[in-house]
Amino acid sequence: MTALLEAHGIYKNYGHVEVLRGVDFDVRAGEVVSLIGDNGAGKSTLVKILSGVMPPDRGELRLRGEPVQFESPLHARELGIETVYQDLALAPDLGPAENAYVGREILKPGLLGWLGVIDKKTMREKAREAFVSMGTDVKDMDAPVAALSGGQRQSVAICRSVMWAKGLVFMDEPTAALGVRQTRKVLDMIRRVADQGVAVVLISHNMPDVLQVSDRIQVLRLGRRVVEYGRGEADVERLVGAMTGALDTVR
Amino acid sequence: MTVSPDARGVDVNAPVPPDDESTTTTGLPSLSTQANTLTTGPVEPESPELRAAQRARLRRRLFGSTPLLMAGVLILIFLVFTVAHPGTFPAFGNVRNMIDDTSLYLIMGVGFTFVMIAAGFDLSQGSVLVFGQVIAAKVMVAVGGQGGWTVAVGFVAAILGGAVWGVFNGLVITRLRVPPLITTLGSLGAALGVANLLTQGQDNTPTPAALTTLSAQLPWGMSWRVWVALLVAVVAGLYLHLTRFGRRTFVIGSNEEAARRSGINVKRHVVKLYVISAALAGLAGMMALINNTTTTVGGHSTDSLTVVTGVALGGVSLFGGSGLMVGTVIGMFVPTVLSNGLISIHVQPFWQQVATGFILVLAVYLDQFKRRRRDRV
Repeated sequence: MTALLEAHGIYKNYGHVEVLRGVDFDVRAGEVVSLIGDNGAGKSTLVKILSGVMPPDRGELRLRGEPVQFESPLHARELGIETVYQDLALAPDLGPAENAYVGREILKPGLLGWLGVIDKKTMREKAREAFVSMGTDVKDMDAPVAALSGGQRQSVAICRSVMWAKGLVFMDEPTAALGVRQTRKVLDMIRRVADQGVAVVLISHNMPDVLQVSDRIQVLRLGRRVVEYGRGEADVERLVGAMTGALDTVR
Repeated sequence: MTVSPDARGVDVNAPVPPDDESTTTTGLPSLSTQANTLTTGPVEPESPELRAAQRARLRRRLFGSTPLLMAGVLILIFLVFTVAHPGTFPAFGNVRNMIDDTSLYLIMGVGFTFVMIAAGFDLSQGSVLVFGQVIAAKVMVAVGGQGGWTVAVGFVAAILGGAVWGVFNGLVITRLRVPPLITTLGSLGAALGVANLLTQGQDNTPTPAALTTLSAQLPWGMSWRVWVALLVAVVAGLYLHLTRFGRRTFVIGSNEEAARRSGINVKRHVVKLYVISAALAGLAGMMALINNTTTTVGGHSTDSLTVVTGVALGGVSLFGGSGLMVGTVIGMFVPTVLSNGLISIHVQPFWQQVATGFILVLAVYLDQFKRRRRDRV
């Protein structure tokens, strides 16, 4: 099975600082791949390159086997790559349905649509359908997002991305601010999203979460992919070892 | 500009939540003021959760609504003055005066509502009004003639003249990133200064005779400017609450970064909002010109403050993201009715300033209070 998105030999410098030194990365449809590494390992730089925020200095990106260059995050989004940001990027005064359609409002048909009138009912229905299919417990599609719990807000942000992703979702620390119960719900949801055939790339510091939900774990250190584990092959000790370099064994 | 995926934007709602997911809907009055009021979603009696959500939505609309509260306050004020002075205060002629006085502020308030929902601010409206009417008067003199067409040209000139300041405000705010309060404080001074330069500070620019005719007419019992204000408020209200442009205005006010990341051209949108605000101030200038049949260069220095007061009283959040046009309409009446009522019971009208000031502070406090109760964490 070919990779949905793959990167080969990615280099990136900030001035004289070499952040990425020939990183490889790949993710297939329907799997959860975690990207972990210590601070400064180049995780966020790699994700920025993969999601179109910045171009690599050198190296090749392939989307569904075809070479690709992202011109902007919006361009990457048009190609079906969504990102759930750590700060969620939700409008707190608006409801989940409204947030799901920000920037992609559905217009009414005919003259009203030509005048820019939005179809609130359809958007609410479709958002509800999507949210239910992803198993969220967000029921009120209109309550301001600010009135929801942290876990619910996280699931709104994830649902929104998955609704629009045509293949791949990046999730930046989706459980960082959550309690135990909410974390479990979000992890369940990530699993369900992948089971629907979407590729999920998880960036996280939380080793137990990563171990629980990932199909594969790719460890970055000093700008390179040092090791990759399949499901069940890693434990916290090994991951920490690979991240810190205490365990410099490439299997 | 590009946005890093891990940029931690200032988002008050991001941090640690309470570990309680049992209630998705809080019974608290909230500031949800999106105009979803027209549709109620599908009726599925077999789903109690859905019905609970619908009930919550209804509850939010009824009790969480500042406009409704303010309408109550307005009726109360009206009743108090009616009891205090049953002869003249509630008389039709006086009510008409109150509506007429409010209409000018309402036209500006409509524009201000757009700006404030996007978390902006426009202090310059009073001066832009003056600038608009001076331009209108000058253009009408230049065009010549005493008839309706000259007046029509005046309308266009006033609106365009105002809009120029909107473009200025919008560009300075979005491109040079000068805060809206300072930018519009600057144009508050500059627009009035230019108007004074054009007129040498005198209100003697001649106006066409048709203006005087218009000024005296009372179609359907109200002056022209009342009908214009009503039309503006209705059209703008529909535009704000039903269209994509309106929705995006709310998004920008609620979380500008989210708007930007979702591909909305925030800068262009914000410029448009300031243009709407200034163009409506220009229109208000023309309406004032019709009413007085002369420019009123010195008479609008505190208009902006009256407008802010009315808009805030109507429940449009000073922090952006929520508000209703109908709230602005209701809120705008409070200062006028107070002022008129106090005069009719022979209290010094200065008390109106005192009362409006305190009511404004109270209204904004309530806004804050409800926001805090709504926001979990």
